[in-house]
Amino acid sequence: MTKTWNNRAWFLVLPVLLLVAFNAIIPLMTVVNYSVQETFGNNLFFLEGTKWYQDVLTSSRFHASLLRQFTFTFIILAIEIPLGVAIALTMPRSGPWVSVCLVLMALPLLIPWNVVGAMWNIMALPDIGLLGYGLNKLGIPYNFTRQPFAAWFTVVLMDVWHWTSLVVLLAYAGLRSIPEAYYQAAKIDGASRWSVFRYIQLPKMNRVLTIAVLLRFMDSFMIYTEPFVLTGGGPGNATTFLSIDLVKAALGEFNLGIAAAMSIIYFLITLLVSWIFYTLMMRGDEQ
Amino acid sequence: MARINLDDIRHAYMASPRGDGDFALKRVHHTFDDGGAYALLGPSGCGKTTLLNIMSGLLKPTEGKILFDGRDVTGLSTEERNIAQVFQFPVVYDTMSVRDNLAFPLRNRGVAPDEIERRVAEILEMIGLADRAGQKARGLTADDKQKIALGRGLVRSDVSAILFDEPLTVIDPHMKWVLRSQLKELHRRFAFTMVYVTHDQTEALTFADQVVVMNDGEIVQIGTPEELFERPNHTFVGYFIGSPGMNVIPVDVEGTTARIGAHRVALPGGAAIDAGARTELGVRPEHVRIGNQGIPVQIDRVEDTGRRKIVHALLDGRQIAAIVPEDAGVPAEPRVTFDAAGINLYANSWRVALGPAEEGARP
Amino acid sequence: MRLTKWLVPTLYIVFLLLPIYWLVNMSFKTTNEILGGFSPWPKNFTTDSYVEILTNPVWYNGYISSISYVLINTVISVSFALPAAYAFSRYRFLGDKHLFFWLLTNRMAPPAVFALPFYQLYSAIGLFDTPWAVALAHCLFNIPLAVWILEGFMSGVPKEIDETAYIDGYSFPRFFVKIFMPLIASGIGVTAFFCFMFSWVELLLAKTLTSVAAKPIAAVMTRTASTSGYELGLLAAAGVLTIIPGAIVIWFVRNYIAKGFALGRV
Repeated sequence: MTKTWNNRAWFLVLPVLLLVAFNAIIPLMTVVNYSVQETFGNNLFFLEGTKWYQDVLTSSRFHASLLRQFTFTFIILAIEIPLGVAIALTMPRSGPWVSVCLVLMALPLLIPWNVVGAMWNIMALPDIGLLGYGLNKLGIPYNFTRQPFAAWFTVVLMDVWHWTSLVVLLAYAGLRSIPEAYYQAAKIDGASRWSVFRYIQLPKMNRVLTIAVLLRFMDSFMIYTEPFVLTGGGPGNATTFLSIDLVKAALGEFNLGIAAAMSIIYFLITLLVSWIFYTLMMRGDEQ
Repeated sequence: MARINLDDIRHAYMASPRGDGDFALKRVHHTFDDGGAYALLGPSGCGKTTLLNIMSGLLKPTEGKILFDGRDVTGLSTEERNIAQVFQFPVVYDTMSVRDNLAFPLRNRGVAPDEIERRVAEILEMIGLADRAGQKARGLTADDKQKIALGRGLVRSDVSAILFDEPLTVIDPHMKWVLRSQLKELHRRFAFTMVYVTHDQTEALTFADQVVVMNDGEIVQIGTPEELFERPNHTFVGYFIGSPGMNVIPVDVEGTTARIGAHRVALPGGAAIDAGARTELGVRPEHVRIGNQGIPVQIDRVEDTGRRKIVHALLDGRQIAAIVPEDAGVPAEPRVTFDAAGINLYANSWRVALGPAEEGARP
Repeated sequence: MRLTKWLVPTLYIVFLLLPIYWLVNMSFKTTNEILGGFSPWPKNFTTDSYVEILTNPVWYNGYISSISYVLINTVISVSFALPAAYAFSRYRFLGDKHLFFWLLTNRMAPPAVFALPFYQLYSAIGLFDTPWAVALAHCLFNIPLAVWILEGFMSGVPKEIDETAYIDGYSFPRFFVKIFMPLIASGIGVTAFFCFMFSWVELLLAKTLTSVAAKPIAAVMTRTASTSGYELGLLAAAGVLTIIPGAIVIWFVRNYIAKGFALGRV
């Protein structure tokens, strides 16, 4: 659509701009402010320059949680995106059961995040949880509060449970928008199932999959509540992701300067990675 | 190439059809001869696309059989039938180049690479996209995309038939004419069996040797363009073909005379008509003469289309149309007569043959 | 063939329902039975946990405050986003692309980053511990999302409709409410669904910005888990009750889900 140049459109955007700016800019200024100062309480602040940033960037604790964060995000993207697409591909294209399937699949998305954590906690308890009891019964020693691997397994499984449906719904919406004629033409051209996927379905899902990857990246990178409720970041620091570490530093240790500097670095990393994803995918789209 | 027999085909989209009304195709029994160029003509929703999809194997008919050269293919898939089909809206593989799009159906069938190259080059030349062969298909205009789709239909040399489902809808008028002539040329060169679905009479009449007119799930007439024009088998064909369509006037028939209210029209011959049948007179506007003799009419309005004028008049309170030459005048007290050769009589909407004079009227 | 086609979605749905089943199962058990060991279904079926929640004001007030801030947020987000999305879908103006990207970056801001400054900000303006604080704070990520989704739907409406309406003498507000909004009704529905969803499931900010009066249900649950020992039955029942509003909302938009997730244009 060709758009007309009209600067009065600003009036339409202004309410949103003011509200979001109020919510985004003032707090961000506060964070920046903290990140360059030292406080000893009593509202006494001393300018510290980039000291906190240097501390954060050189601390092995930050490196460790950053690495954990990237590992986690990478694992869940690698599982959820292909799994979601695969499930969307096997869904029937129409029929009375489709609505029911979609409603059931969307259910996890609308459960408050701490309830998701609590639910999986109950599910995974080694003595009375279905998953924990079941695995131990099968002869697999499993205790997510003691074994780092079991904790990771549970957190990843929980995230797959929680968010794969988003990918399914997006991919399914993308598939539904493909006109029937494409499938008919492919039949007539004698295309294999794989060719249909590779040359028709995948290109048509490009846009929704970009959205899916972006949303899943952003949300998994910010994940806090579910693992916090499930494992509390433990055992040890095994599942302490960036947000959990940040809240520990800010509220647990009341180390405002460090927490603020971490926040800024964290935010910038999220922005940068999202931007890279976005441009790469858009470029792939144009070719 | 193949001869296609449609053997009492019926099709319903619902699982258990009850009445006739549930069938999208009521009963179709027809043969498409090997190497013929056919058009399926009819309004939207008359079942022509359904019929096409049944021939290509995308749909399995509820009842009836399809034979290709005498072999029953009703149960066979599209691939096994070896059919090419071009759809209404351009279907191209966006991420492939123009060349790969054309090569795709051949590669899927394991054609030798040098043969693929030769065929693709030929088709590229024909659809005029040779200079853009390496370009990705997604950036092209709807016109060019549809040319690729047409090309994919034509690239296989061994197909049983090529089916076109209103393929020129998205093409602009000038290009339409060019592509249609190319299809016609191609048909002459390779004698493909071609079936062309359209709701545009000009397209149907210029493309096909035989036009199959469909309405409401049934074939109402099959004939050359000329037959459809001069001797419409059903009042529907009369309306649907021609611009404006045939005048259909309710009449009472007595021997070789038809009565319109108080007026009488001499018929070229007599006909056997069942008692109580609804009878109508069909006369194309081309066969209506306006002058000082015949039945009086009131002129409603005159449309000037450039080379000729269309006169809309009221005859006994009913609209009729007449086509007169550009320079012809209309008298102050106009009357109309009908050319004897252009008079058709219909009973319950189906045409009835008119007496001995009928034989002479046929060219 | 038909069977294998259904197999994958069915298995997936069973996987989705198992933890929910387990939660429901727990919610109908007595504390003794829960602590007594593994049992696949309640042996001493009891609704005590539900009775406790529905009669204790601490619990049910939690639900009321959660629902009130979610509804306020949904209304604010959609009504603010509508004109903005219209501007982005119809006009080019100074800095439009930068503004759009800046809005989206707020969707990428980790709530953990904003928790503490929000606490100070909303305390300073006296909204702390009211539903309004949470509703406004959630606008941070819901408004950008709403603008994004609505812009997609609006771009699908041909511009000629606007022009025809202006020629017919409609003023902008009247055109927008009478003609344009009905055209994108499904888009508005889908947007409201997303706003409801993200506001309903968020806890970190909601917990930070409330203490007693406006405490959301999710935070009440956390308190139960930590202070009064491990009352798993109660926790499970409360969890089950938080699933219900979401389930109702999905049921209403079920026919738009497939289309709506395509965000208007694919």
